[in-house]
Amino acid sequence: MAPPSADLKLLGSWASSYTHRVQLALKLKGLAFEYAEEDLAEKSPSLLLHNPIYKKVPVLLHRGRPVLESVIILHYLDETWPDVPLMPGDPYDRALARFWCHIVDDKLGPAVGAVFASPSEGQAAAVEQVHENLRLVERELRDGAFAGRRFFGGDKIGVLDVVLGCGSYWLAVFEEVMEVKLVDPEAFPLFHSWLRDFEEQEEVKAIIPAIDRLLEYARGVRQMMLGLSSQQQ
Amino acid sequence: MKAVVLLDFWASPFGQRCRIALAEKGVEYEYREENIHGDKSPLLLQSNPVYKKIPVLILDGKPVCESLIIVQYIDEAWPDRAPLLPADPYARAQARFWADFVDKKVRRCSPCVRSMSSIRNTAFLVPSNVFTHQVCESAKKLWTPKGEAQDAAKEEFIEILRLLEGELGDKKYFGGDAFGFVDIALVPFTTWFYSCETYAGFSVEEAVPKLVAWSKRCLERGSVAKSLYDPLEVYEFVKKIFG
Repeated sequence: MAPPSADLKLLGSWASSYTHRVQLALKLKGLAFEYAEEDLAEKSPSLLLHNPIYKKVPVLLHRGRPVLESVIILHYLDETWPDVPLMPGDPYDRALARFWCHIVDDKLGPAVGAVFASPSEGQAAAVEQVHENLRLVERELRDGAFAGRRFFGGDKIGVLDVVLGCGSYWLAVFEEVMEVKLVDPEAFPLFHSWLRDFEEQEEVKAIIPAIDRLLEYARGVRQMMLGLSSQQQ
Repeated sequence: MKAVVLLDFWASPFGQRCRIALAEKGVEYEYREENIHGDKSPLLLQSNPVYKKIPVLILDGKPVCESLIIVQYIDEAWPDRAPLLPADPYARAQARFWADFVDKKVRRCSPCVRSMSSIRNTAFLVPSNVFTHQVCESAKKLWTPKGEAQDAAKEEFIEILRLLEGELGDKKYFGGDAFGFVDIALVPFTTWFYSCETYAGFSVEEAVPKLVAWSKRCLERGSVAKSLYDPLEVYEFVKKIFG
C-alpha cells in the first residue's frame, strides 16, 4: 500500500462511530491518509486549533485545511474524489439519502445512546424508543424508498449505509452490556440482514474495532456513569 | 396539484428558507399554508410521517423534508441558474458547516422558532402551553422574566451571533459576493431579533453591527424581502404565544 499521503490527515478516536464513517469512506475511495488518534480527555492543540467551536472528532485535514462534521466530510470526499461515489446522482435520491442520514443523527443515534445512559427504571422506555426508530427504517426497507435493495445505496454501499452502519455495531454491544434486546431478527428482518451484509464487507471489517474491545469500553463507561449517578443522589 | 408545492407556515424561518431559495431560482410553486392552530393536514401527515413538520416541498407528489435538505435539493434540481452553493468543494464544506451551525445554535435560542415547524393539535387550553414544554432550557431563560438565567442565555445568544459575525467578516454575504446557502439559512432568524431584544433587553445592532448590516443587504434582495415578515409582525405573533 502507498505510504500515508501528506495531503490527507484524519484526527479521530478509535471508539467514535463518526470517525469510523470517515475512515470507511476513505477506504472505499482508496484514499491514503495519515491517522492521528485523539485522547478526548486531553485534546491536542491541533484539534483545538482546527475545530475551535465544537472541539470534536473527526476532523479531516486536506492540505492542512480542516473539514468538520462527519456527514459534511463525506460530502466533501465525494465531491473532491468522485470515483466510487457515495451519494446517488439524482437530486431527489440525494435529498432522500440526506434526510435519512439526518434521522440517524437526530433520532436513532440519540435513542440508542439513551438506552446506554438510562438508569434501570428508564430502560424499558428507552428501548421502546429504539424500536420505534428501527421500525421507521424497517418500513422504508420493506415498502419505502429503499425497498428491494441490498444496501441503502443499491448494490453497493452508499452514504446512508456508511452513516447508519458505523454506529449500528453499538446495538450488539449495548444488548450485551445492558442485557436488553434491541434488534430482534424477527421484528426487524430487513434491518438485521442489511446490517449483517454491511458488516461482512471487507472494508467495513477493516474499520470496525473488535467487539471485545468495544464491550470492554462500553462496560467501563457504564460503570463510570452509574458511579457518577449514585454520587449525585 | 401543481408540480411544485410547498407546505409551510407564514412565520416559520425554516419555511422562509425554502421560499427564498425557490424565489432565487425563479421557480413557480403553489404555497399551502398549514394552520398552526388547527389539525395537521392529511397531505402533511402523509408527506412527512416521521416528523409531521413543515416545511415540506412536494415535487410531482414526492416529498422532500427538512429545510436545509430542501434548499440543497432546490439548488441541485435547478442547476442552470442562481447557484446557492459555491462550486469549489472546500467552499461548499464551509457553507454546509455554517448552515449546520445556524441549525445547531441559533434556533436553540428561539423557542418559538423551534416550535414553528412543529404544529400541534389545539386541544391544549392555553396557547403558551403548546410551545413552552418543547423549549430547551436556555431558550426558556431568554424568553421568560428576568434573572441570572436570562442573562446567561442572552450572553450565549450574543456569543453565537458574534461567531457568525466573525465568519462573515467584511464580506458582502457569507459566501463572498454571491448570496447563498449560509445567508439563506440565517437571514429568516434576523426578523426575530427585535423580539429577542425586547424580551431580553439588549441591542443586537450594538453587539453585532456587521451582521445587522448584512441582514439589511439581504433584505434588498427581492427573494428575501418577499419571503420574510416585518419584525413588528413577528413580535405581535410572539406576544400572542408568550404574553
